[in-house]
Amino acid sequence: MVVTASTCRTETVFDYSWKHVVSAYWNRYPNPSSTHVLTEDTIKREVRDGKLYSRRLLSKTNPVPKWGARFYNNVPVKIVEDSVLDPVKKTFTTFTRNLGMKKIMKVDEIVVYSEQNDGRTLAVRRAYISSQVFGFSRAIRAFGIERFKMNGNKASNGFNYVLRRMFPQHQLAATTTVATTSPQTTQPSATQYGDMTVAVNHTSSKTETLKRIAKVGYEFCKCHASKITQLFSVRN
Amino acid sequence: MNSIGDDCNELKKQYDACFNNWFSERFLKGQTDDSVCAPIFKVYQECVKRAMREQKIELREIETDYTTTSDYDNNNSASGSSTGSKS
Repeated sequence: MVVTASTCRTETVFDYSWKHVVSAYWNRYPNPSSTHVLTEDTIKREVRDGKLYSRRLLSKTNPVPKWGARFYNNVPVKIVEDSVLDPVKKTFTTFTRNLGMKKIMKVDEIVVYSEQNDGRTLAVRRAYISSQVFGFSRAIRAFGIERFKMNGNKASNGFNYVLRRMFPQHQLAATTTVATTSPQTTQPSATQYGDMTVAVNHTSSKTETLKRIAKVGYEFCKCHASKITQLFSVRN
Repeated sequence: MNSIGDDCNELKKQYDACFNNWFSERFLKGQTDDSVCAPIFKVYQECVKRAMREQKIELREIETDYTTTSDYDNNNSASGSSTGSKS
């Protein structure tokens, strides 16, 4: 069986030290941007070779678009999150994947949190989205990519909220950027989705702000165009 | 945050409080002994496992992938977008 997969990579910088980020990580739910997360449990945890290994089970709602509803009911999705935290190297890697409904859409997501030279924390998020539903996989993957981008931005907003609340005195600088590089597809016939860059900066000059707004607007339109194209391809 | 089992919420709260304290006050400061939260974790685990059984969440599907955790470190150094396909 041929399965096409799309990947998407985003980078987020958190204005907090690595220690603050990893401490807040375990307390990131609930937050105002995470109303889709219903439950969270630790089902395995151990220290091995000085590293902390955790396995958590999350359940969340993930509303599907109308055309997706014919494939499955909107039941809570179960997600398994494995993570390895190395306190010496200061790296924290999370690996999440959905349980069940994997034939319709399988989403594997890897996020690596590491310390930057300036003391802030860089999160590199990579998602790997695949579908086995013949003929629909392109649209489903496109939906997955769009949803991933939105969820990713939401996730950092929610995480920042938790960080601000937990460590109000420890914010390092007033900038937060989220950059999304274009996802790549493994088959030449598959569509390349456009770049989307979303800047959530609160600083710098007016012209820069205007430029940024224009860019976000442009990228937003481009993204939606590709989304609509994909939606139409389902109906045809 | 709630647990998947309604009757596990209290245990989860206690365990999370213990873990958070251990994590920031001991583990991040170089003490890797995690026995302090072990008793509460055990009770909480039994509760969650029971809730998962009741809700028919397949443990086996979760367990089979556990070996992949050792590959994590290999992923750390990878840069740029990764692509791949499975059959």
